[in-house]
Amino acid sequence: MIRDISLELKRGEVLGLLGHNGAGKSTTLQLLTGCLHPDSGEISVCGVDLVHQPITAKAHIGYLPEIPPLYRELNVNEYLKYAARLRGIDSASVNAALALAKQRCGLNGVGKKNISILSKGYQQRVGIAQAIIHQPDVIVLDEPTVGLDPAQIRDVRSLIRELGDSHSVILSTHLLSEVESVCDRVEILHTGELVFSGTTAELDVRDGKTGNLEENFIRLTEQHEESI
Amino acid sequence: MIRLIAMRELRSLLVIPSTWFVFAVLQFIFAWFFLNALESFLDFQPQMTQIANAPGVTHVITAPLFNMAALLLMMLVPMFTMRLIAEERRNQTFALLLSSPLSSLNIVLGKFVGLLLFLILLMSTLPLMLYTLAPGTQLDHGLIFSNCLGLILLTTTYVSLGLYISALTTQPVIAAIGAMAVLVGLWLVDLGASTPDSPWHHVSPLHHFQSFNNGLLDSRDIIFFFVFSTIFLLLAMRRIDNNRRYG
Repeated sequence: MIRDISLELKRGEVLGLLGHNGAGKSTTLQLLTGCLHPDSGEISVCGVDLVHQPITAKAHIGYLPEIPPLYRELNVNEYLKYAARLRGIDSASVNAALALAKQRCGLNGVGKKNISILSKGYQQRVGIAQAIIHQPDVIVLDEPTVGLDPAQIRDVRSLIRELGDSHSVILSTHLLSEVESVCDRVEILHTGELVFSGTTAELDVRDGKTGNLEENFIRLTEQHEESI
Repeated sequence: MIRLIAMRELRSLLVIPSTWFVFAVLQFIFAWFFLNALESFLDFQPQMTQIANAPGVTHVITAPLFNMAALLLMMLVPMFTMRLIAEERRNQTFALLLSSPLSSLNIVLGKFVGLLLFLILLMSTLPLMLYTLAPGTQLDHGLIFSNCLGLILLTTTYVSLGLYISALTTQPVIAAIGAMAVLVGLWLVDLGASTPDSPWHHVSPLHHFQSFNNGLLDSRDIIFFFVFSTIFLLLAMRRIDNNRRYG
C-alpha cells in the first residue's frame, strides 16, 4: 500500500526512488506508468492526466519493469520493432528508431539473435532499449542494474546519465552507490510512505560532513519505523 | 494496433516448435477421418443408389468431418488461449502492453484476432481435403461453405471464452483446464438435456453449430455466436481494467 506520496520530475533530471525491499518502489512505478490505477490522487505526465487520458499520457512514457518484458521467442530486432510500433512509431520511422536504440544500448551485434539465448546483461539492455526506442519524455526504470556484472553496471549507469541529459528519468533502486553516481535528486520510500525528498548532496551531508549517504539512509528509515 | 498485436501473436505461435507439432498431429487426424469417411461412402455407395434422395458424397463426408473438428477444437483451443494473457502475466511481459498507449479493447481484440487467424489457418485444410474430390464428382459447395462458416463462428466462441478465462489467472495450466471444463460442461448440458425442445440445448455453442453442419444458415445461431463472443470479450476487457485497479 502506498499513501501520501507526491513526486515531481523536471525535464532533464534523474530521480532516484530509494528504499528497502518491499518499500513500495515498484508499486509506485507501476502507478506512474499506468500498469496500476491509484485509488485516489492524481498522476500527470507532461501535463496530461494519466488516469483520465491514459492513451495520450502513456505515449510520453518508456517503462522497464523489474523483470524486462521480453518475448523470448522473438529476435532482438523483431521485439524492438514491435515495442516501437506499440508506442506509436509509424512504420516509416521504425528502422531509424531501432538503429538509434540499438546503438545507444550497445546491441548492434545481437539484432538477429533470439532473446532467449542472450545473457542476462544483454536481456537487460534489450529491456532498456524497448523503454527508450520511442524517445519518450519520461523514462521509468525499475532496478535497471539488478543481476548485471560490474562492467555492465558501469555501462548502464553511464547510459542512464546520458539519457538524463535529454529525457527525464525515474529509477528505483536499493543501491546507494547507484543513487550517488547517477541521480540528481532522491526520494526515499519506506513501508509505502515518503520519508525523504531532496538532492543527493543533501542526503549525503550530516553535521556539515559529506560521505554519510548510507548512515543517513538507515537513520531515516529507522526513524520512520519507530514513528509508526 | 489490433493488427500489430494480432500479427505478433501469430508470429510468436509460428516460431514455437510445439505449434507445428500440434499442426502436424491435427492434420493427421483430419486426414484419417476424411479418408475413413470416404471409404465408408465408397462401401455404401451401391446401396445408396437404391434409396430415393440418398445423401451425396459431400454430405456423407463433410458432416462427420466438421463435427469431429468441432469436438477436437473444444479440447485444442484452450491449449492456445491459455497463452494469451495468463502466460504473458506469468512471464511478466504483460507490463509492456499495459504501459503502452493502448486500450484494453486493442489488447483483447488483437489477441483474439491473432489466435483466430491461426486457427483458421489450422482448419483451412478441411475444405481443401474435400475439394480434392472435385475432379471426380459434383460437390455441394453450399454445404461446405455453411460448415466452414459454422466452424469459424464456433471457434470465435471458444477463443473468446478461453481468452476471458486466461485473463482470470496467472497460471496458464489453470486457464487451459478452466476453459476446457467450461466448454465440455456446456456440451454436457446440451447432451444431458432430456427433451429435444429443452432450453438447455441453447447454452451450448456446439448445439448451435449443428444447423451449420447440416447446411442450414440460421440467423438465430449466428446471433448466438456473436452475442456469446462479444460478452466474453467484454468481460476479458473488464477483467484487464479491474486488474489495473486492484492489482
